[in-house]
Amino acid sequence: MIPPVVYRFHARLVRNVDGTLLITTLVIMGFGLATIYSASDRTANQLMNLCAGLVAMWLFAQLPPQKMMRFAVPLYVVGVALLVLIWPLGLGIKVNGARRWLSLGVTRIQPAEMLKIAMPLMLAWYFHKHEAMLRIRHYATAGLLLLVPCALIAKQPDLGTAILVGGAGFYVIFFAGLPWKIIIGMTAAGVLATPFVWSLLHDYQRRRILTLIDPNSDPLGSGYHIIQSTIAIGSGGPFGKGWLQGTQTHLEFIPERHTDFIFAVFSEERGLLGNSILLILYLILIARGLYISANASTLFARVLAGSITLSFFTYAFVNMGMVSGILPVVGVPLPFMSYGGTALVTLFIGVGILMSIRSHRMLVKK
Amino acid sequence: MLIAAKSRKPQDDDLSRFRFRITFAAGMVALVFSLLTGRFVFLQVVQHEYYTTRAENNRISLVPIPPNRGIIEDRNGVVLAHNYSAFTLEITPSKVADLERTIESLEGLVEIQPKDKRRFRKLLEESRSFESLPIRTRLTDEEVARFAANRYRFPGVEVKARLFRQYPLGPVGAHAIGYINRINRADLDIIEENGQSSNYKGTEHFGKTGLEKSYEFQLHGQTGYEKVEMDAGGRPVRSLSRNAPISGNRLTLTLDIKLQEMAEKAFGDWRGALVAIEPSTGGILALVSTPSFDPNLFIDGIRSEDWDQLNHSPDRPMVNRALNGAYPIGSTFKPFMALAALETGKRTPNQSFFDPGFFTFGGHTFRDAKRGGHGKVNMHQSIVHSCDTYYYMLANDMGIDAIARFMGPIGFGSRTGIDIDGESEGVLPSPEWKRRYFKRAAQQRWFGGETISIGVGQGYNAYTPIQLAQAVATLANDGVLFRPHLVQYVTDSRTGKKTMIEPEPLRRLPWKRENVAFVKQAMVGVNKEGTGARAFAGARYVSGGKTGTAQVFSLRGADYKERRLRKELRDHALFIAFAPADKPRIALAVLVENGGFGAQTAAPIARMVLDYYLLNEPADGPAREDEAARESDEDEGEP
Repeated sequence: MIPPVVYRFHARLVRNVDGTLLITTLVIMGFGLATIYSASDRTANQLMNLCAGLVAMWLFAQLPPQKMMRFAVPLYVVGVALLVLIWPLGLGIKVNGARRWLSLGVTRIQPAEMLKIAMPLMLAWYFHKHEAMLRIRHYATAGLLLLVPCALIAKQPDLGTAILVGGAGFYVIFFAGLPWKIIIGMTAAGVLATPFVWSLLHDYQRRRILTLIDPNSDPLGSGYHIIQSTIAIGSGGPFGKGWLQGTQTHLEFIPERHTDFIFAVFSEERGLLGNSILLILYLILIARGLYISANASTLFARVLAGSITLSFFTYAFVNMGMVSGILPVVGVPLPFMSYGGTALVTLFIGVGILMSIRSHRMLVKK
Repeated sequence: MLIAAKSRKPQDDDLSRFRFRITFAAGMVALVFSLLTGRFVFLQVVQHEYYTTRAENNRISLVPIPPNRGIIEDRNGVVLAHNYSAFTLEITPSKVADLERTIESLEGLVEIQPKDKRRFRKLLEESRSFESLPIRTRLTDEEVARFAANRYRFPGVEVKARLFRQYPLGPVGAHAIGYINRINRADLDIIEENGQSSNYKGTEHFGKTGLEKSYEFQLHGQTGYEKVEMDAGGRPVRSLSRNAPISGNRLTLTLDIKLQEMAEKAFGDWRGALVAIEPSTGGILALVSTPSFDPNLFIDGIRSEDWDQLNHSPDRPMVNRALNGAYPIGSTFKPFMALAALETGKRTPNQSFFDPGFFTFGGHTFRDAKRGGHGKVNMHQSIVHSCDTYYYMLANDMGIDAIARFMGPIGFGSRTGIDIDGESEGVLPSPEWKRRYFKRAAQQRWFGGETISIGVGQGYNAYTPIQLAQAVATLANDGVLFRPHLVQYVTDSRTGKKTMIEPEPLRRLPWKRENVAFVKQAMVGVNKEGTGARAFAGARYVSGGKTGTAQVFSLRGADYKERRLRKELRDHALFIAFAPADKPRIALAVLVENGGFGAQTAAPIARMVLDYYLLNEPADGPAREDEAARESDEDEGEP
C-alpha cells in the first residue's frame, strides 16, 4: 500500500496541474532535447533548464489568478523602469552590438524577458478593472501601456522580443473586445505607414528584410542564414536524413543550430513528417490554451489565457517562418525546442498561468 | 462607439462575443499553420531534389592535388631540375586579423629572419589576400613540432608540406633550364589562353624563363582531385574519393651538362657566350652565357636584395647573351662570304688578288688589319690568314643584295626558333632592312660604301651567338640545316612514350659539295697554320676554325693599341669551330665580350670544349688567355 504521506504529497504535486498541457510540452521538450543533442553538447544544461522551468510552472499553477492580479502593476512598473535603465540611460551590458542585459552584481537579467509575462498581466488587470465600462479611451490607454515598453525594447535593439511583447499585449486588447472597425482601420494605417516604419528601421533590419526577398543577393552576409537553413529543410525531404545524420547540421553550415535555428536541424533530420508532428503538437497546445481561455470565469483570466496561448503561436510561427525563409530573420526562439534557460522558464511560467486559470475557474466563479 | 452599452448586456452574451474571438484566433492559427505546412511541402517535397543537390555541393568540395613537376635531365641522364618535399610556414592574410602581431608572435616559435619578412612583404604586394603565402620555407622538424603545439593560437597560419623545385647544379646551364616562380597575372592569362585554368587550380608556380617556361605545359602534369567532405569553416572532415594527379613529363635534353659546366668554367671571369651544336641533329650540346645566376634563388619569390644584385650588376647576369645578344661577328663571317662567292660564281678558288693593305672606295680607305697587306692572296689564304682586303673587294663585287640573299637562308638575321624564349632577331643588313629600320628618308638609302665592311662581318652586321653556331653547324653538315633545340625528347610520365623533338632537318641548302669542302678545308687550315694554329697546337683531331674580332669602339683610323683602351672598350673576341673535320660531331661559336683578339681569348675556350667533347679530356677552370697571340702571328688582328 502507498503510505498516506506519499499519497498526500502526490496529490499536492498534481493538484492544479493540467495533464494535456504538461504532456504536450514535455513531448515537444523531448524532441527539443534530442535535437539539441544532435546540434550541440548542451543537452545536460537544457535538462537543468527544463527542471527550473517545471518548478516555475508548478509554482505559478498554484497561484490563483486573483493573486496574480496583485503582481500585475508592480511587475509592469519595475519592468519598464529596468528597461529605461538600459535605454535611454545606457546602463546595460553590450553584447553583440545590443544592450539587452542588466547587471545585478551577482547575476544579470534581461528586463525585456520579464515584460513577456508582465505585459499581458498588466493589460489583463487593466481591462479587468474597467470591465464594466470599457470605452475607446481605455483601449487607447492600453495601447500606450503596450507601445512604451515595446519601443524601449526595440531600441536596445531587440526586434524579436519587441514583436513577442507587442503581440502578447495586442492579443489582450483584442480579446478584451477591441472593436473590429479599429482593427481594420489600424491594419490599413499600418500598410500605409510601411514606408515610414521602413525609415525607422536599423540598417541591419532592412538588410534582413531585403535578403528575405532575395537571399542570394548577399549569400555570404545576411542571406547566409536563410540560404543554409532552407537548404537544410529542403534536403531533409519527406522523412528526413535521420537523427544525428544532418550534413548541414554536423558540418556546421547552419548557424545558431541549438538556439534560434534549431528548427532547421530538426527539419533536416526528421523531414516533413517530423515537421507535421511538431505542428500538430503546437496545435494541441494552442487548442488546449484557447479552450482554457474560453472557459475561464473572469475577464482577467480569459484575456490572459488567450494572450499567453497566442504568444506560443507567435513564437512558433515567427521562428519557423524565419527559418524556412518566409519571414525576416528576427531573434525569436522556437518554444520548448530552442536552447536557453531564461526563455524556457518564461514559457513554463506561461504554461503555469494557464494551468492555474484552468484549475481555479470554479473557485473564482463561486 | 457605444461600447458601454455592451457591458450592460448579459454576461453570457459578452462571453459568446469573447468565444467568437477565440474561434477567430483559432482560425487564424489554423490558416497560418497551413501556410507553414505549404512552405514545408514546397521545400521538402517539391524542391527536395534541388536542395539535396545544394546540400551535397555544400558538403563536398573538390580539393586539387597539384602534380609533381616533370624532371629535366641532360642527354646522359644527369638530373638538372627535380622536386623535393619540405615544410613551409604559410599565412593566409585574409584570415589573419593583425598580420604584424601574428608574425611577431610566430618569431617566438620559428626563426624568421628580416630577409624572410622582406620576401613575405614582396609576395604580399603581388598576391591576392586569400592566397596562402610562405613566411618561412624549409622548416626543421623541431620547428614543425613547436608550431603544431601552438597552432590554436594562430588562425590563418598553417604548416604545409610542399614540393619544391630544385636545380642541383645551381648556375650551371641556368640560362637554358630557366626557373619557376610564383604565378602572376600575366601567367594566369597564358594559362587561360591555353585552356588550362582548371588544371592549374592548386598550382602555385609557373615557368618564367628557359625550358621551364617553354615546356611549362609538358612539365606541369595533370592535376588530381580529392573529393573531400568540408565543414562550413572550409576544414576538411574526411576524404570521399581521390583522383590521383599525373606527374609532368620528363624532358631529356640534348645538353651535355658536363660539357656545359666545363665550358662555363673555361670563360673564367670573362663575359660571353658559347653555343655548341651537334651538326647532324641540331641538338644543342652547350648553351653558355656568362656570368650565370642561381635559379634556386627564384623559386619561392626572390629576396629583394638578391634581385637588386642580379638586376643592377654591370655584368647583367640575367641576360642570355647566347640568344639575346646581337654582335657584329667580325672575321667569322668570312668563310660564309667565301662560300657565297663560290656559289654565286663571283670567285673561283684559285683567283688571286693583291692586297696592298687597304682598299679604297669612293674616296674612303678601308684598312687591312695587317699593315702593309698580305700581298698576293687566293681564297684559301684569305681564310687561313684572315685577309680583310680580299673580302672588301669581294663584298664590293657581289653587292649587298646578293650577300643578303645568300646569308638569309643560313639563318643570319632571323630567329633560329630554338625551343626557349628570349631570342633576338639580329640584323642581316640589306637596303630593304635599312628602309624598314630607319625612319628618316635620308638614312633609309643604302650607300655602296656600306657594303664594303659588311664583307668582313662589321658594319650593320649583328648576329646572335646561336645564329652563328647554327650557321657553323649547317656548314659542317654540308648545308643541311636543323632548328637548334635543347630538348631531345619528352617522355610521357604515364605511358613512357618518347616524343622526339625536331628530328627532321628544317631545310637543305643547295650548296655544291666541292664548294663546301673547299671552305671547310680552308677552316682546317686556320687551325693548322693560320690564326687558330697557336690555340690548336698539338690537337689529336683535325678541326676547322675561324677567328674573329669585332670592333666595339670605332678608332677612326687610329692604331688599335689594346692595352691603352679601357677593358669595356676592347674588341669582342670570337671563334667558330667544328670537329672532327671529316665527319663533324660538334660545331660551336664562342664570343668573349671585350676579349680582344679572337685567337687570344675565344680560341682557347673553343679548344678546351673540343678537347673535352672529342677526347673526353677533363678540364677544370678557366681557359688560358694567349697573351702572345698578336705578337707571334702577324696575321692575327682583324678589324
